[in-house]
Amino acid sequence: MSDIIYKSISQINGPLLFVDNVKNASYNEIVNVILDNGERVKGQVLETRNGVAVVQVFGSTTSMSPDSTGVSFTGDTFKLPVSDDMLGRIFNGFGEPIDKGPKIYSREKVDITGAAINPYSREEPSEFIETGISTIDGMNTLVMGQKLPIFSGAGLSHNRLATQIAGQAKTLNGNEKFGVVFGAIGITSEEANYFMKQFENSGALSESVIFLNLASDPSMDRIILPRVALTTAEYMAYEKDMNMLVILTDMTNYCEALREISSSREEIPGRRGYPGYMYTDLSTIYERAGKIKGRKGSITQIPILTMPGDDITNPVPDLTGYITEGQITLSRDLNRKNIYPEVDVLSSLSRLMNQGIGADHTREDHRGLADQLYASYAKGKDARALSEIVGEEALSDSDKKYLQFAEDFENKYVNQENTDRSITETLNLGWDMLSILPKEEMKKVKSAHIQKYGKWEN
Amino acid sequence: MKNDGKIYSISGPVVIATDLDGKMFDVVRVGNLGLVGEVIKIVGNRFTIQVYEDTSGLKPGEPVISTGKPLSVELGPGLLKSIYDGIQRPLDIIQSETGDFIVRGASAPPLDEKKEWDFQPVLKDGDEVEEGYILGTVKETDIITHKIMVPYKVNGVIKTIKAGKFKVSDTVCTIQSENKAVEVKLKQIWPVRQARKVFLKFAPEIPLITGQRVIDSFFPVAKGGTVAVPGPFGSGKTVIQHQLSKWSDADITVYVGCGERGNEMTEILTTFPELQDPKSGKPLMEKTILIANTSNMPVAAREASIYTGVTIAEYYRDMGYDVALMADSTSRWAEALREISGRLEEMPGEEGYPAYLGRRISEFYERSGNAQIIPQDKRTGSITLIGAVSPPGGDLSDPVVQNTLRVTRVFWALDASLASRRHFPSINWLNSYSLYLDSLSGWFKSNINPEWPQMHALMMGILQKESELQEIVQLVGYDSLPEKQKNVLDIAKIIREDFLQQNAFDDTDTYCSINKQYEMLMIIKTLNEMQEKSIDAGLKVTQTATLPVRMKISRMKEIKEEDFNKFYNDVIKEINNEYNNIMESVESV
Ligand SMILES: Nc1ncnc2c1ncn2[C@@H]1O[C@H](COP(=O)(O)OP(=O)(O)OP(=O)(O)O)[C@@H](O)[C@H]1O
Ligand SMILES: [Mg+2]
Repeated sequence: MSDIIYKSISQINGPLLFVDNVKNASYNEIVNVILDNGERVKGQVLETRNGVAVVQVFGSTTSMSPDSTGVSFTGDTFKLPVSDDMLGRIFNGFGEPIDKGPKIYSREKVDITGAAINPYSREEPSEFIETGISTIDGMNTLVMGQKLPIFSGAGLSHNRLATQIAGQAKTLNGNEKFGVVFGAIGITSEEANYFMKQFENSGALSESVIFLNLASDPSMDRIILPRVALTTAEYMAYEKDMNMLVILTDMTNYCEALREISSSREEIPGRRGYPGYMYTDLSTIYERAGKIKGRKGSITQIPILTMPGDDITNPVPDLTGYITEGQITLSRDLNRKNIYPEVDVLSSLSRLMNQGIGADHTREDHRGLADQLYASYAKGKDARALSEIVGEEALSDSDKKYLQFAEDFENKYVNQENTDRSITETLNLGWDMLSILPKEEMKKVKSAHIQKYGKWEN
Repeated sequence: MKNDGKIYSISGPVVIATDLDGKMFDVVRVGNLGLVGEVIKIVGNRFTIQVYEDTSGLKPGEPVISTGKPLSVELGPGLLKSIYDGIQRPLDIIQSETGDFIVRGASAPPLDEKKEWDFQPVLKDGDEVEEGYILGTVKETDIITHKIMVPYKVNGVIKTIKAGKFKVSDTVCTIQSENKAVEVKLKQIWPVRQARKVFLKFAPEIPLITGQRVIDSFFPVAKGGTVAVPGPFGSGKTVIQHQLSKWSDADITVYVGCGERGNEMTEILTTFPELQDPKSGKPLMEKTILIANTSNMPVAAREASIYTGVTIAEYYRDMGYDVALMADSTSRWAEALREISGRLEEMPGEEGYPAYLGRRISEFYERSGNAQIIPQDKRTGSITLIGAVSPPGGDLSDPVVQNTLRVTRVFWALDASLASRRHFPSINWLNSYSLYLDSLSGWFKSNINPEWPQMHALMMGILQKESELQEIVQLVGYDSLPEKQKNVLDIAKIIREDFLQQNAFDDTDTYCSINKQYEMLMIIKTLNEMQEKSIDAGLKVTQTATLPVRMKISRMKEIKEEDFNKFYNDVIKEINNEYNNIMESVESV
C-alpha cells in the first residue's frame, strides 16, 4: 500500500484512465481515483507497462480531468471481507452495505476473482432439486451444483419463475433449504422491488444475501458484481456448509458492460461488438457453480438473461449456452397464450438431468417418460405446423392425435400457475398426457414401465 | 549465472520482458511467483511471453528467467490413468499438494518419480540399434504394455541393458554410439510443438469401430483418420466424444477437454473407472489419458493443451498402438489463439482470428494418420483425430469450421433441430459425409458382409428419397401419395427411429456391435422388400402397419447382444410369414 497520489493522468477515454510515470502498478490491482471534490471512486489496472498504467474506472468518469484527478494504487487485487453476518443484508456491487445496517467486519478477505476449481476436486452433481415446476422437474431436471440459466426475453416471466424456484426449491431427503445469493445486474428498481418483496413473502430474505446494481447505477460496477456475489456464495458454501442458490439477473447487462470496456480499449470487436474473450470471461463466472469432493456445501447457479430480439444465436445466450449445463428457454408464443411458466421444453435442456433422476433419485420411469414427452410434443408441433398449411382436416388420424396432445400438454402440463407440484405428481401427469396417443408408438419408454405406470385402458 | 530478464509490461496473459537471455519458444519463469510462460515473439530487446497462469498482481520490474528449453512433455510409463492440465501438470498431485482450487506457480513432476516399474529388455548387450527400436517393455496397466524405445537420432551398440525395477529417471540401457555413450531412461522429453517423426504414412483402410450405429454403418471413420464434429451448444458433441472414448476399439484414448466444462471431466473421472473396456474387460481408465484445461483455466495453457495431447498420442502410436484423440473443443483452442494474437496486436484475419489460423489447424490434423514407425520392423500405429467445433450460433460459415472441413475427411453434422426433438446422436444424415467409404469398403466386405456397400447405398437412398417426399407432402398432403411412396416414408421412419437413434444413457443401447448393426439393417431391408411386395399384391401400407412383427422391430434396440442372433432369425421368419399370410388372405378374397 502506498500513499502516493499520482497526478499524472495523460488521457481519459470512456471508463479508462491512462496514468503516466507509475513505476510498478501491478496487473489487476485496485486503485482509488480521487476527484478534486474529495470524492473517491474505485478502479482496476487493466494493463501495466513500464511507466504507464491503464486503469478502468468503476462508476463514471464524469467530471474527471487530467489536471484535477489523482490516482492512488492499493498494491492489491480486489478482496472482499466475508462473514455470515452478510445473510439477510443488502449490498451494492462492491459488497458495501446499502441497507443502513452496520458495516461487515471480517478478518477473512477473499480475492473476488476466485481461483478455478481443480477439475480433479469436483464432485459430479447428482442430487435432485425439486422446484415444483413440471417442465423443469419432469423434463429438464435441476441438480445441486448445476448451472442452469433461464433464457428469456423482454416482458416474459423470468423474474416470477426465478422467485418461484427460489421459494420452492428443496431436496427430497430432509427438505433441505437453500441459502440464496441474489445479484441484480442493471435491472430496474421496479424489478428489484419485486424480487425483494417475493423474498420477504417467502421468508427467504433472512437466508439471502442481496447485491444490487440498478439500471441507474454505474454500468462498470456490473463487471464486479457477479464476482462479489459468487465470492460470498463460495464462502457460505465451502466455509459454512450451506447449499447456495445463486440467481444473477440480467447477464445481458453484464455483457453489455463488458462490451463497453472493450470498445473504449479499442480492442478488435468480435460478433456484434462483444469482445472475443467473452466466452472465457463468462466461464470464470459460470464455472464457479459446482460441488467439491468432501465438502458439504454447493453452489447452484440460475443466471437469467434476456435475449436481445428473442434471438438465441445472439452472443449472450450463445456463449452462455456453450458454458452452462443446459438452459430453460421461455417462449413468447406460450406467453401470449397465457401459459405460465411459458417454458419452451423443446429448446430447453438439462445436461445433468441423467445424474439426478431414475430409481435412485426420482423414479425408474423418469428418463424414458421425459424422452417420450419431448418426442411426442415435437411431433405435435409438426402436426400443428402442417395443419396451418393444409388445414386440420387434411391431417392423418395419427397427426390429429398428436395435435391434440400438443394442446393438452401446453395447457395442463406446462401451464401450472403458482402450484408447487411434487415430482410424483409431475410424473403421473406426464403419463396422463401420453394416454391419448397410441400405446404402440411409445418407443422411448420401457414396455415394463408402460405396464406399471401407463394410463391406457388395457 | 545468466542475467535475469525484467518484466516491462503486462496485459492479461501476455507479458513483455526485456534483457532476457532467451530464445524463441523457450519456457520461462515469470515474476516472483515463477509463473510458467513461453516466449512467442522477439523484437529487439523485447521478448513477448504468453503466460500459462493468471497474471494478476505481476508488476513491471519483476524478474523473468529462461529455462532454455522449449515447451515439452515427459513421455514414459505412468501417463495412462493420469489427468493433466494443458501443460502436463498432474491435477491429482496438484490437488493433494495445494488443495481444491488451483493456485498459481504450482508445479509437480508429470510422471511419478518414485514409482518403480518392472523393465523387461527385448534386446541384449552388443545388439546394434537405431532410433525407434524397441529396447524393452514395461507393463504399464493391465491392458497396455509400454515399449521403451531408442530416442531419436541415437544409433549404436547396446553397451548395457538389464531387467529389473526402475524409476522413470533411472537409466535402463546405455548405447555406445560413434563418439559418446547415451543413457536411455524410462522417460523421454519431447517438445510439444514438434511432430514426432515416423518412417512413412499410409492410407487408412480399417475402420475405427465405435459401437455407434450412425457412425459405423453410415459415416465410418478410419483408424488414422480425421473427423470434424461441428454443432451448436447442446447438440451432442461431447456425448459423442465420450461415447467414442468408452466404446471405440482404439487401444489408447487421449481425451483433451480444451476450454470446456469442469463437470464433464469429472464425469469421465467418475464413470470410466467403473466401465469396462469392451475389448479387454478391464476398467476403461487403464487405456485413457485425460488433459483437462477447462474454460476458466488460463487461456494460454488451453492453447498448449491440444499439442500436449497429440504429442502423447504420437508417443503411443510409435509403440505400435491405435490411438484415438478427442479434442473438445477446437474452437476454444482457436479462441485462445485469437486472444493472444489480439494482445500481440497482430493484424486480424476473418472474425478477428489470426491469419495463420488455417495453417495451425491443418498442422494439427496432419499429426493424425497410419504410420510405419521405422523401416527396420513392420510396426505400425495410428492416430485418429476427432475434433469438436463450436461455431457461434451454430453457423457453419465460421472460420474455424471452414478451416477444419478443409483438412478433415469425415464430417458429422450435428443438427440443433434433431437435438431439440431428442433425436440422438443428432448427426444429420443428409449433410454428413465420410470420405473413407471407398477405402473401408474392402474391410466391411470381408469382415461384415460382401453386400455391405449395397446395403449402405440402399439405406442412404431411402433417407434421401424421404426428404424429397416430405416436401411433396407439405404441398399435397400425405394421403395423395401413391402407396409405394408411403412405403418409403414408412421405412425411412424405421431407419431413423429404430436404427439411427441411439441412446447413450441406456445400458443396452449405448453400444451396438457391428454385427448387430448389420443384422438390424438386414431386418429393415427384408421388411422393405416384403412391404413392397405386399403393395404389389394390392395391400395398403396402413394394412400392414399393425402386423405384430412391426412392434417387435420397433423394440429391436432393446435386445441384448447375446440374444440378438436368435431374435434376428425369428424376426426374419416372422416378417416372411406375416407378410405372406396377409398377402394370401387378400388374394383369396
Ligand atoms: N447419444 C445421446 N443419447 C442421449 N442423449 C444425448 C445423446 N447425445 C446428446 N444427448 C443429450 O444432449 C445433451 C447435450 O449434449 P452435449 O453436452 O454432448 O452437447 P455439446 O454439443 O457438447 O454442447 P456444448 O457445445 O455446449 O458443449 C446431453 O446432455 C444429453 O442430454
Ligand atoms: Mg460439449
